[in-house]
This record gives sequence, C-alpha cells and structure tokens, in this order.
Amino acid sequence: MFELLGIPPQALFGQLLLGLINGAFYAMLSLGLAVIFGMLNVINFTHGAQYMMGAFAAWLMLTQLDIPFWAALVLAPLIVGLFGIVLEKVLLKRIYHLDHLYGFLLTFGLALIIEGVFQWKWGSSGAPYPSPIPGGTNLGFMFLPTYRGFVVVAALVICLVTWYGIERTKFGAYLRAATENPTLVRAFGINVPRLITLTYGLGVGLAALAGVLAAPIQQVSALMGVNLVLVVFAVVVIGGMGSIMGSIVTGFGLGLVEGLTKVFYPPASNTVIFVVMALVLLIKPAGLFGQTK
Amino acid sequence: MAEALLKVDDLQAWYGESHILHGVGFEIGRGELVTLLGRNGAGKTTTLKSVMGIVGKRTGTVRFDGRDLIARPSDEIARLGIAYCPEERGIFSSLNVEENLLLPPIVKPGGMSLAEIYQLFPNLEERKRSQGSKLSGGEQQMLAIGRILRTGADLLLLDEPTEGLAPVIVQRIGEIIRQLKSRGFTILLVEQNFHFAATVADRHYVMEDGRVVDMIASADVQQNIGKLQTYLGV
Repeated sequence: MFELLGIPPQALFGQLLLGLINGAFYAMLSLGLAVIFGMLNVINFTHGAQYMMGAFAAWLMLTQLDIPFWAALVLAPLIVGLFGIVLEKVLLKRIYHLDHLYGFLLTFGLALIIEGVFQWKWGSSGAPYPSPIPGGTNLGFMFLPTYRGFVVVAALVICLVTWYGIERTKFGAYLRAATENPTLVRAFGINVPRLITLTYGLGVGLAALAGVLAAPIQQVSALMGVNLVLVVFAVVVIGGMGSIMGSIVTGFGLGLVEGLTKVFYPPASNTVIFVVMALVLLIKPAGLFGQTK
Repeated sequence: MAEALLKVDDLQAWYGESHILHGVGFEIGRGELVTLLGRNGAGKTTTLKSVMGIVGKRTGTVRFDGRDLIARPSDEIARLGIAYCPEERGIFSSLNVEENLLLPPIVKPGGMSLAEIYQLFPNLEERKRSQGSKLSGGEQQMLAIGRILRTGADLLLLDEPTEGLAPVIVQRIGEIIRQLKSRGFTILLVEQNFHFAATVADRHYVMEDGRVVDMIASADVQQNIGKLQTYLGV
C-alpha cells in the first residue's frame, strides 16, 4: 500500500471524490447565479432556498405521490422554475432600476421566508432520500458509490449543455446581447421582459435540479441551502460575475481545493474558499474569468 | 409625395425631468430618404429614439403605416417594420459578426438575405467569426447598418452613420445608403454633416431646440445655403 505525504490513498481519493461532488454542486449552482446576475443584475440570494425546494419537491413526490427519482429529476425543476417565474413577475421585476442592494435584500428576505416556512412545516432535522442507484464499485484504491459517480457526470453534462445553450445558440445570443444592451435588443423586436422572466425561471430550475441530485446524498432539510449559497456566492465572485465558463471551472476547481484541504489541513477546509476569494479579489478584482466593464 | 409612411405630430419627449422635444412634426413618404439636420442638442437623436419608443416619456402622435406608435413598447414598434441603427452603433461585443448580423429577428418578409448583405459589405463576410469588439469603426458602422437590413423592416432610422469615420468610408456609406433607397427602403437619417446629407437625401428637416423649424428639398439646397449655414452654425 503506497502512501502520499503520509496520507493513505483511501483518504486522499475519498476526499477528492467528495471535493469533486461538492464542486459539481458549486458549479451547477454558480452557473444559475451567473446567468441570473448577467441578465437581471440581481444577486439571487434565494438560490439556496430554491435548491432546497428542488430537493424537497423530489422528496415530497416520492413520499406522498410515489413519483420515482427519475421523474422528479424532470418535474421538480419545472415546478420550482415556475415558482421562480412567479417570483420574478410579482416581485423581482419591480426592483431592476434600483441599486444592487435592494435586489440583495429582497432575495435574501425571500430566502429567509421560504426556509422559515419549510422549517416550520417539516422541521429542521432532515429526511433521508433513498439512493436511486444503490451499490458501487471497488476501484482498488477507493470505493466509488455508483450514484456519486453519476452525479459528477450528470453535473458535467448539465454544465456543458448550459454553456452550449448560452454561447452557441440563437437563444443564447439573445441572452448575451440583452445582457450587454437590453434597450437595443428590445428595439430590434425582442420581448426582453419575457426573456428576463424566462432566464430567471431557467436559473431557478437549474438550482432545483441540483437540489434533486443532492437529495440522495444529503439529508433533505429546510436549511440545506443556507451554507451552500455562501460558498456558491464566493465561487461566482472568484470565477467572475456573469461568466459562464468561469462558474463551471471555478465550481469544480474549488470543490477539489476544498477536498484537498480536508486531507492536508482539515481545520482550514471551511475557510479555504473564502481565502481564495480574498486573494483573487486582491489580484484580479473582476474574478478569474471576469471582464471589467 | 405619396401618402406618408411615417407621420409625426406635436411629439414631445422627456429624459427624466428634462423636456427635450417640444412639439416635433414631420412626415416621410414611402421610399423617401429624409434627413433631420441641426446642431448638437437640437433633439435629432431624441426624435429617432422617440419614434422607436426608447425614451423615458413621450406624448403626441407618431403614426406609422396607419398605426399609432406612441403607446407601444419598442419591441412592438420594431415588429411593425421599423429598424434602428443607433449613433453609438450598438455592436454587441460578446457576439461575433455573424451573430450580430443574425440577431434582429425577421419581422416581415422581403428583407435582404445574408448573402445579399455580405455582397453589400464584403469586409463583414471576411470577418464573420471575429468578435464584435474587434472591428474598426467603419466595419462597426457597416455591421450596424447591415444588421437591420435582414428584418424586412420598411423604415430605417439611421443615427449619424458617418460620425467619426474617414472620408473614404463616409463615401462608401453614402453609396450604400443610395443603394438602400433604390431598393425601396424608406430612410430617416440624422446627420451633422449636411454636405453628406445633401448628396443622398430627398428632403431635409431642420431642427432647433426640440422643434422642426424648416423643411428644405434637396433641389433647393443651393438657394438656401446661407439660411442652412445659419441654422447649423457652420
């Protein structure tokens, strides 16, 4: 049995896998935040609550209606995405002309309310969600649970599909153009307010999709998104506000950095991302992939 | 002049608290090329923006093809067949040249094809994979004009297409504008450069302090040259 710097390989690869899985969630969530920020100019602090709603929707479907995981993977993001569309139409669209601070306060307040309601109704202890693909493979140097492997692959696919949709399709061209100059895009005949609503719905749906994927790994609980949204916010800042590729690369990268820190210096694992954020902001204030406007 | 395609009457417009247009009135017949001349700050750009529906507040009448535009949002106005080329050109830097060209949706049949547009602007075809931000000023202007020819819009609003460009490019843009007119486009052109305007337009409206104060046909420009120079302060 080989050892690396006195670390047994099981521990190293185990933490790396965990880091990769966390990174997958960071990437999916920061992607949604980046898309929403680019288009709405709002930092969506409700993102963590919407991720939690995705997990809850899947759990409720399974326990109340016997709807299996794979169906929930499609249905939950649709339902939560629709909820996002209603939020945008009723509340968010009223604050676009105001300072960022108002968007932050509104979405942060909404998150507290949503999480409060779920906590009041279902408590905060959390409920387990059975793994839809039980079992795993012994890779020799570590044991890989099949579902966790699936999550990493699924997250990569989701990220790449989103990237392709934004950077290579007509719809994405509308999004990018409207991010730069919404007035002109509208003067070309495109219904920009509808585009904005749709973008928010998509971003929220993406958060819910991550939530469904997380349900079998974590406990489904009202507060599962609270700490996550802070880390994800840091990821978006490090990657560069509004940068799609930046979010994906930084999300996975920081997951791994966090995993490695857990192996080599566990006490720092909770803070390492914020240390990286501070360093990046000092050296490149617009983020690793961001452009200064 | 045939029946007016665009008829503007008592148009008033505001930016926030400042009252910019004080009752602008003019009209353009189908297939005509008309300019708005005037000094900086006379309200030419604001007039175009008011027709397009992108100023804060506006009142009065703007009739296009028999429909009233004043209460409509800009996306609806565009879909009725008006296309706008802004003074700052508005090239999207995160889109490449072809994506910029294909961005404005087709609103009516009868627009130019991509191949025809590339024929008109060969440089754009050579640079179709370049990011919008990498173009020269002249290329950006050509892209900004080329972009609105596909949509099938009948009326083109061009805001100072020659601003800041080298004389040889200005000449090229003049040729292109004449070609567009001969293809049947109706064009409302805002210009500072009245020598340029005189070579392409049928008629000129002169603006001062947010009003149209005079109208001069291109044929009468020579007789009125002194008056025009006073208006424009040249």
